[in-house]
Amino acid sequence: MAAKAFDEMNSGASGPGGTDSIRAPYRGVANWLARTSPERVAATRHEVDLFYRRHGITFGAYGAVDGHEATIPFDIIPRVMAWDEWEYLHKGLVQRVQALNAFLADAYGAREICRAGVVPESQILMNGEFVAMAQGLTLPGGVHAHIAGIDLVRVGEKDFYVLEDNVRTPSGVSYVLENREVMMRLAPELFSAMRVLPVANYSDELLATLRSVSFSDDAEPNVVLLTPGHFNSAYFEHAFLADEMGIELCEGADLFVDEGRVYMRTPRGPQRVDVIYRRVDDAFLDPLAMRPDSFLGVAGLLGALRAGRVNIVNALGNGVADDKSTYTYVPEMIRFYLGEEPILSNVPTWRCDRPDDYKYVLEHLPELVVKEVHGSGGKGMLVGPTSSKAEIESFADLVKARPDNYIAQPTLALSTCPTFVGQGVAPRHVDLRPFVLSGRKVTIIPGGLTRVALKEGSLVVNSSQGGGTKDTWVLAPDPSNPPHSNGEVPAPRAEGS
Amino acid sequence: MLSSTAKNLYWMGRYLQRAKSTARLIEATQRMALQSRGEEAAGVAAIFGMEDEFRQTQEQGGRLASLIDFLVLDERNPSSIVSSIAAARSNAREERNNITVDVWESLNALWLDLSSRLRGDRATLDRGALIESVKKQAVMIFGAAQVTLLRDEAYHFLQLGAFLERADNTARIVDVKFHLLRPDGDPHADKPDYFAWSEVLACIGAVRTYRRIYRSALDPVKVAELMMLRRDVPRSVHHCLWMVDLNMRELADTYGARGEADRLAGELHTRLRYARVDKIFEIGLAKFLGGVRDDIATLSDEIGRQFLLD
Repeated sequence: MAAKAFDEMNSGASGPGGTDSIRAPYRGVANWLARTSPERVAATRHEVDLFYRRHGITFGAYGAVDGHEATIPFDIIPRVMAWDEWEYLHKGLVQRVQALNAFLADAYGAREICRAGVVPESQILMNGEFVAMAQGLTLPGGVHAHIAGIDLVRVGEKDFYVLEDNVRTPSGVSYVLENREVMMRLAPELFSAMRVLPVANYSDELLATLRSVSFSDDAEPNVVLLTPGHFNSAYFEHAFLADEMGIELCEGADLFVDEGRVYMRTPRGPQRVDVIYRRVDDAFLDPLAMRPDSFLGVAGLLGALRAGRVNIVNALGNGVADDKSTYTYVPEMIRFYLGEEPILSNVPTWRCDRPDDYKYVLEHLPELVVKEVHGSGGKGMLVGPTSSKAEIESFADLVKARPDNYIAQPTLALSTCPTFVGQGVAPRHVDLRPFVLSGRKVTIIPGGLTRVALKEGSLVVNSSQGGGTKDTWVLAPDPSNPPHSNGEVPAPRAEGS
Repeated sequence: MLSSTAKNLYWMGRYLQRAKSTARLIEATQRMALQSRGEEAAGVAAIFGMEDEFRQTQEQGGRLASLIDFLVLDERNPSSIVSSIAAARSNAREERNNITVDVWESLNALWLDLSSRLRGDRATLDRGALIESVKKQAVMIFGAAQVTLLRDEAYHFLQLGAFLERADNTARIVDVKFHLLRPDGDPHADKPDYFAWSEVLACIGAVRTYRRIYRSALDPVKVAELMMLRRDVPRSVHHCLWMVDLNMRELADTYGARGEADRLAGELHTRLRYARVDKIFEIGLAKFLGGVRDDIATLSDEIGRQFLLD
């Protein structure tokens, strides 16, 4: 394991131990924890459990089979960021998502980046996520990744890395909104003391983004959310967002295509649909164009898209931009499309389809994290330092069988945040997924989804692997002490091979 | 609003009302069985139009207890109380964001209550308590809908389903009971059987209502009038079809369009409104009610067609 992890509360300038070791953004939370008796803390936690369970029932019941869907554990100690920290991340995120959007438009257009020799054409065309039907489409605003979830990790005071980009149908934003609701009810005193930037405007921003990318010039284009249905694990989020935006939550059967236009069935008669925020995967969108056995999609949808009658959000074929091997090219994309140096660094990544990298990875498995190129959810991966010899050996066989299916990265010491566990408060590793909205403009609500690995020492934060969530606070800039972030933007880290 | 939402709310209303009517009917039948003959089982099966299904599932030749289990607990019977509540809940769950927390929670609570009762041993299951619980909680769900729902399209579809189902239920009960008690169709033939006729009223919970309105001994003609034609009796066919018509008009105003379903709803309401009980017996009760029930079924189909529910 790498050196001791950076703790976001306790790794202040004077070193761990004394009160000065508390980092500035956490002073309010630290005071609150110190002031509050263990009994009171236990009571608050109990209150949280009750509140969240009740809240979680109505929340989870959107999709629950028995009315009691399991909710992802919520930790009541917020994760806090100072304004200047966020300002820096914000700039880096905008830059990165702009480059990803430029890449997607290019990948399905002229492929200039391939002609320039920056990204090999095979990286796009041979990608299993490439959708030939999307070739040559001109989308409103040139935007393909309207909603992007960029997973970030922190390893030091000023060291952030992008772990992965999610530009297909990233989920989790409903937890951001729900966690804040819960926190405001449970610890109002903290909010009045700390000037936390609000996140509740996300649904307004999302609706504005979706409307801004309609092909039609209607003042109020009709936007719907297309869900695979209530058996989908993220159904509650679909229902929640549709509810928050006040738009219809549709399944495939609610929509139909006639004369190249998409309509929804209503008691009033067919109503035209201009923009579909779909949470259905590419392959299931249109049985005529993609998988013929799909009951989740709408026959003729892609025809309507190609005719410029309906926009589909996120765009089709975005998977070519967010797999773990394309990831290694993102810093080059930023330089190529924007002519800028990347603000946020990639984690150095070895690609096992390159002979030198392959050799290095096999020789250093015990210290590396190895992942499948298309893997997600913390599955199909090896965390070298915490794996047994036998596990490492059997994983080595997998890599040898299909080198092109794997990438490897150094094991990062993810930052920790104080978290309630068992008897008290202890540091646990966290990551961060901000949600970046791109329409006619780019919008990011402050913060994002903090996921926390509840198991001691675990670096895997995925909810399917025992992860929980935290409310994520970005503090407003202090008017009496303006942030001097312009002079203090940390230098970008050298990018990995 | 999507057609699928309208459809879910319409059927939620129908299923919930069906469970409630069934519970009440079984209760009345059980009470009747305690004090009289032995034809109840077949009579009740006839009300549900499932004499054949009932006969097929029963080896013992139709004992009342097994009929009740068929109507209350049998998940293979799509109209049983358990199946109806499960269907209503599944409709509601899909429209979780179109109904209030109060409606959802009360319906979900009923479903959870039924599920936990069914998990126990069937031999010791208290059927009476289960039926009582369905009746009570169904009233609470409709009450929650009444008090908390926004009066928009969704509400009108829920009401439409509930009242159409209730109109059909009452019409069925009158039809079958009169046929059993007066096979010749003449309501005046001999001295009426007090217990039998009060049981008929009990099927829609209207024994005391009868006394309040008529202040006289039970008379089959008046029983028929009360159950079919009294606008002020909330379970009468007339009252229910009045409500169906009213909700159809609200929808027509909302959508600014009318169709065959609107015409039929208005015509049915008017037919019950201006009918006279003596004239009905002149042309024949079975014929009159047969026509009404056929038209209710047609209306349900037309509603599906007009609002794209199918």
